[in-house]
Amino acid sequence: MIDKNGIAKRIAQEVKDGFYVNLGIGIPTLVANFVQGDINVEFQSENGVLGMGPFPFEGDEDADIINAGKQTITTMPGASFFDSALSFGMIRGQHVDLTILGAMEVSENGDIANWKIPGKMVKGMGGAMDLVASAENIIVAMMHTNKAGKSKLLKKCSLPLTGVGCVTKIVTNLAVLEITPKGFLLKEHAPGVSIEDIRQATEGTLIVNDTVSEMAI
Amino acid sequence: MIRKTVDNVQEALKGVKDSMTFMLGGFGLCGIPENSIAELVRLEVKNIICISNNAGVDDFGLGLLLQKHQIKKMISSYVGENEEFERQMLNGELDVELTPQGTLAEKCRAAQSGFPAFYTPAGYGTEVAEGKETREFNGKMYVLEEAFQADFSFVKAWKGDEAGNLIFKGTARNFNPVMCGAAKITVAEVEELVPAGELDPNEIHIPGIFIQRIFQGNHYEKRIEQRTVRTKI
Repeated sequence: MIDKNGIAKRIAQEVKDGFYVNLGIGIPTLVANFVQGDINVEFQSENGVLGMGPFPFEGDEDADIINAGKQTITTMPGASFFDSALSFGMIRGQHVDLTILGAMEVSENGDIANWKIPGKMVKGMGGAMDLVASAENIIVAMMHTNKAGKSKLLKKCSLPLTGVGCVTKIVTNLAVLEITPKGFLLKEHAPGVSIEDIRQATEGTLIVNDTVSEMAI
Repeated sequence: MIRKTVDNVQEALKGVKDSMTFMLGGFGLCGIPENSIAELVRLEVKNIICISNNAGVDDFGLGLLLQKHQIKKMISSYVGENEEFERQMLNGELDVELTPQGTLAEKCRAAQSGFPAFYTPAGYGTEVAEGKETREFNGKMYVLEEAFQADFSFVKAWKGDEAGNLIFKGTARNFNPVMCGAAKITVAEVEELVPAGELDPNEIHIPGIFIQRIFQGNHYEKRIEQRTVRTKI
């Protein structure tokens, strides 16, 4: 099994040279730490910055330069700032190459739920609905099961949806899976995790063929 | 030059009344119109509808208006980080309309630019689309969203001139430009107000035509919500 950093490390391999990437809050934010130094990537934050850099050094924080998680950040050479309509124009217009976000549930047809638990948590969707409705390449980063041990990879989502049929790939602490018309196609298993472990932790339809490999992280 | 300057925040907010709809710029606490919010608190206007991406924190930003129960309804995309907000919402004291962030921005921009409505893919197949018209274009489904209608827009810029031209700084730009000219009256507060001619026309983000009143703000606190740093090695 791998931890949250392991998930981020595996997803970093999906980030290719020349990509504009939007990272969600939580595990996706960690992906930036593991992107290879020899490729050129620009990170977009939907509150209005392209070319996001690392956190500032102590004393250099600027209240006017933050990311979508409201954290103080810096910018890289070539960065730009823009308003919220233009920012979502970038997203809706499919100019962002890769979107990585967290989820509470994903269904086998690629629906995603990550914004509301009725009666418990209603914080809002932020930009998640815009991102999942428009991005062509969406990777979900999440733990395979929730805190109660229940599968987060389901036949059908039980929580209110964020988007329908939009997820393409899922990376969890146990596996890498792709959404196919027939269900979750198992592509890779984490080190020390058996296919049976993954089967146990997956409520939705799991397709296993003979090409499953071990995650290289 | 058409002069847009007013002497102070009191003059800038003349005409503000109970039950009006306001747009307020900012993302989190970044780029919020601090002076206008303070004046709305002082004026004790009640039953207002606020269109703003977030609802501030308990003791700052729109949280100050929530504390005094001045807000009847919030239209936002994300309202975490505010316990009083959550309490009022769960008790039914506050009406909340959650809107996807990009849709929220575009509903402002549509009002600014004279579009009554637009189609967006965001929210299709979710509860956000319930009761709304949907339509297929090129094999993909879209939801019809309508432009906002508001009485006042309160925006915050970095620099502005007497003609109402504005320049924003960093990510404090966010929703501010799209709210300019999106309400009947737009009030801009700026950190630095300069005479006309001092700002380079090439660098203006929002032309003064969208602004009715501009004033020099005071005592900007610019609170940081998540102070994240790295240590020098």
